[in-house]
Amino acid sequence: MPETAMGPRITIARMDGDAHGVVERPLTAFEKIYNLNWLRKLVILAVLAAAWEIYARWLNNPLLFPTFVETVRALVDGAVSGVLAMRAWASIQMLLAGYAIGIALACILTFLAVGTRIGSDFLETMTSIFNPLPAIALLPLAMTWFGLGAGSLIFVLVHSVLWTVALNTHSGFRSVSNTLRMVGQNCSLSGVRLVWKILIPAALPSILTGLKIGWAFAWRTLIAAELVFGVSSGRGGLGWFIYERKNLLDIPDVFAGLLTVIIIGLFIENLVFRKIEEKTVRRWGMQQ
Amino acid sequence: MGAQGMTLPLLDVSGVTLQYRTREHLVTATYRVDFSVSRSDRFILLGPSGCGKSTLLKAVGGYLKPTEGTISLNGRQITAPGPDRMMVFQEFDQLLPWKTVKENVVFALEASGKLRGAAAREKAAEAVSKVGLARFADSYPHMLSGGMKQRVAIARGMAMEPDILLMDEPFAALDALTRRKMQDELLALWQETEFTVLFVTHSIAEAIKIGNKILLLSPHPGRVKARIDDIPQDISANAAAKLEAEIHSMLFAEQIQEAEHA
Repeated sequence: MPETAMGPRITIARMDGDAHGVVERPLTAFEKIYNLNWLRKLVILAVLAAAWEIYARWLNNPLLFPTFVETVRALVDGAVSGVLAMRAWASIQMLLAGYAIGIALACILTFLAVGTRIGSDFLETMTSIFNPLPAIALLPLAMTWFGLGAGSLIFVLVHSVLWTVALNTHSGFRSVSNTLRMVGQNCSLSGVRLVWKILIPAALPSILTGLKIGWAFAWRTLIAAELVFGVSSGRGGLGWFIYERKNLLDIPDVFAGLLTVIIIGLFIENLVFRKIEEKTVRRWGMQQ
Repeated sequence: MGAQGMTLPLLDVSGVTLQYRTREHLVTATYRVDFSVSRSDRFILLGPSGCGKSTLLKAVGGYLKPTEGTISLNGRQITAPGPDRMMVFQEFDQLLPWKTVKENVVFALEASGKLRGAAAREKAAEAVSKVGLARFADSYPHMLSGGMKQRVAIARGMAMEPDILLMDEPFAALDALTRRKMQDELLALWQETEFTVLFVTHSIAEAIKIGNKILLLSPHPGRVKARIDDIPQDISANAAAKLEAEIHSMLFAEQIQEAEHA
């Protein structure tokens, strides 16, 4: 037998130079700019604004469809005179009150659901009943129960927030891995401490989703409710502002009101919640 | 007391039957299992899947109660999970993703009330650097590889200085190269403080490499099949291969019998 057949043979490969080209290179300026999310979206917005302006000029009927420039002027006027800010603030105050009450109730419901099986059944049944029901559909009923005032608005707001927040929080808790619970128990955590130190942070992605959807529902519900309400309520929010200006045939102001609704919605959903997500769940790799 | 403390086993499992319910069945995981672990043992529970070794470890952890028999640590019966029995799981998600590497260790120390504030942070930093992760102390778990995550879990377990460290197939989800490295590192760590460890695995080679004692369990339900004592840590490759073959044939004989009965 030749000696080479005796055992494994090792041949060391020669790794020549850097013929393989770049291993890592910085992106070009264009690639970097194109990667900026906000910039791409800003470009889309600019194109939309241009299309609006062109169409409105071509239509030439400010009562039906004011131009973009007119709308922006109305928006600036409203902002400068403080009317829009005042109306927006009235809306937001109402929203915050409803949102806070809704979240507090959701906390109580989920707490009961985590602790007991019957609580969990109760929550699931209630969310299945109320989740498909648009909160605004309760407005006529709310008006007969609570009259034309803050009470009715808060009632529908609570409905728009409560069920989504409770549902998402609860399903978030349920999807917390058993391993994490066991780790918590291993460190002597139980009951409220386990919920606070393990379940809530571990379910934070779902909880934030619930809060975000709840906020979006509440904001839409509120504006819609104000449209109905404004008719007899003395001082209203943005919804009432829009309705009022339509009656005065001040269409650019109507558009300005709608834009304000959109801007506030965007601000909260894309800036406030986004920031919270970046500081928490994204930073922790719990959400992409 | 001292002499008696030496002879008394640290962990005593006697006549333990474990049962759990699935949706449709009542499963007996282990049947009247006896074993005892002494201080500084590297005690391995070895067996094929279905032998109830993980369930047994969870019972020692206090996560489920035996239907029969007792488990006691230092003469006290185990009734609930506690920081005197720190557990290292197989799953990578055993780290809290919202805490950095160091904070994960601090969390365990503070939540269990063992240490607070600066003392806890100091202890955590020490434990993290002991497993070679000082550079990653402030990283979040999602930035780490699987092996690094398991190192953090080990660091967390060791920082708590438990009476016994419970390890549930901690290296099973790792690739083969990392796995061997982790085994070596665990042995090196053991050499330093000679902590007591109860280690579950289904790999015969891993059992021989890590353990000084091996309890061999048979499946369905788990019963003690054999016990191997005094495995030298510097066991020669030949002796290890021979022992591995022996254990293998013990496990395999069962399977042949089962096949014949079927």
